[in-house]
Amino acid sequence: MTQEYENVYINDTAIISGPYEAKGPLSSYFDKSYNDLYFGSKSWEDAEIKMLGECIDILLQKTKKKINSIDALISGDLLNQIVSSSFNAAKLNIPFIGIYAACSTSTLGLLIAANMIEVGQVKNIITSVSSHNCTSEKQFRQPVEYGGPKPKTATFTVTGAASALLSSKKSKIRIISSTLGSVVDAGIKDAFNMGAVMAPAAAKTIYNHLINTKTKASDYDLILTGDLGRYGKDILKDYMEKEYGIELNNLDDSACMIYDIDSQDVYAGGSGPACIPLVTYGYILDKMKKGKLKKVLMVATGSLHSQVTVNLKKSIPAVSHAICLEANL
Amino acid sequence: MEINKYNVLVKKHTPKENILLNGLISFIVGGFMGVLGEVLVELYAYFLHIPTKEASTFMIITLVFFGCFFTALGFFDNLVKFARCGLIVPITGFAHAMMSAALEYKREGFVTGLGSNMFKLAGSVILFGVVSAYAFGLLRIIIMGG
Repeated sequence: MTQEYENVYINDTAIISGPYEAKGPLSSYFDKSYNDLYFGSKSWEDAEIKMLGECIDILLQKTKKKINSIDALISGDLLNQIVSSSFNAAKLNIPFIGIYAACSTSTLGLLIAANMIEVGQVKNIITSVSSHNCTSEKQFRQPVEYGGPKPKTATFTVTGAASALLSSKKSKIRIISSTLGSVVDAGIKDAFNMGAVMAPAAAKTIYNHLINTKTKASDYDLILTGDLGRYGKDILKDYMEKEYGIELNNLDDSACMIYDIDSQDVYAGGSGPACIPLVTYGYILDKMKKGKLKKVLMVATGSLHSQVTVNLKKSIPAVSHAICLEANL
Repeated sequence: MEINKYNVLVKKHTPKENILLNGLISFIVGGFMGVLGEVLVELYAYFLHIPTKEASTFMIITLVFFGCFFTALGFFDNLVKFARCGLIVPITGFAHAMMSAALEYKREGFVTGLGSNMFKLAGSVILFGVVSAYAFGLLRIIIMGG
C-alpha cells in the first residue's frame, strides 16, 4: 500500500547515541552521546527510558515547542510491551500510539504520522524510537557479560534514541510518499543471520514502492535499508536482481554506516530500531539540506521473532516499511 | 523465490567461520588451562601438605573464583570471545556463565531476579552433567564391575 503526500514535512530531529556509536564515523551528527551504557541510571532498562525521554526533550528545545502543543506521540522500541516508549508517554501526558515493528519501527512511525498530518487529523506530531544494546542482548540473546562466540553474520544492537517532529509547516525535508510493507517469511530460522531473514521483506517493499509510484531505482539518489548488515546487503542486491530483475546500484545500509565495521568489533554491523534513524536524521538529512542528495528512500527492516519462537525452531517472519524523503530547498 | 533456492543464495553470501583457526586457539588456550590446573594442584599439594585429590578441589575453587572475578570486572567476556572453547569448556566457562547471568539479573531482586535466573545458562550444564555422570557410572558398574 503506497501513499503520496502533498504537505508533510520533517521540521526537526533529535538523536542521542551510546558510547560505541559515538566512536563511529557519524558521531559529529548526534545531538548528544553518552560515554557509558548506564547514563547514571540503576539498570539498562532505566537507561533506555531516560535516553528516549531526553531525546524528546532535546527535540522540543530545538523546535522551541511546548509539549502541550504536540497533538500526539508515536513511539516504539524493542523491549517487551514497548516499555521505554510507554513509560515516557506516561510522563509526557499527551495522546500516544505505541507501535512495534522491531527494527522497522522508525519508518512505520513516520508513515503513521505522515498519514495523520496529510488528512489534517493532527498539526504537530512527534515520532520516536529507541534501542539499547544491553537491554536487547538481555532480552533476545544472552547475558551481556557472557562472551560465548557469535557467528560473523550476527549484528550489534545500536544504543540510541531518535525523534522527529512532523507537521504541514514547510521545511527543507519533505516526506513525499510511503509504502506500508507486508510480512514476509523467507523460511530462515537463524536469529544470528537477520540480514538473510529481512532481505526478502525489504526487496518486496522496494519493488512495491517503485511499481506504485511509477519510479525506477535509479530515480533515487540513495536507497537506504535499515539493518541488513554487510552480508544482508549483498543478499538483498542479489535477491532483487534474481526475483524482480531490478539492479540496486545506489543501495546502502545503515548497519554498515553507523559503525566503522572494519575496526569496531560489531560483527556484520549495527541493528535495532535506532540504527536507521541515527544515520538518517543526522548524516543523511544534513546531506539533503546541503543539496548533495535530493531523493532518498528509507527502507527500514524488522525481524519479528521472539526468543521463544527461536527456541521453538520456527522460521522468522520479517517486515519492511518505506518512506521517501525529498529535499525541499 | 522457493526456500531451497533462497537458502542457496544466502549461503553464497554468508562468510565461513574459520573452524581450523578457532579450533587451534581453543586447543592451545584449553591446553594451557590444563597445565595451569595441574601446576595449581601440585603447588597446593606441596605447600599445604594435602593429598592430590583434595588439592584438585582447591584448584577447581581457584579457577572458578578467578572466572567469576574477571567476569565481574568486565573483561573476561573479551577473553572468552577470543579463546572460545578454550575457556568455555574448562570449569572457567561454567563460572563465567553463572556469574554473567547473576550480574545481569541482580537488579530484578534477589529472589525474582538473581535466584530465578542465575542458572539460566549453566542450569543445563548441571542437569545434563548429573544425568551423564549417572549414565556413565552405571555403564562403568555394568562393564567393569565398579
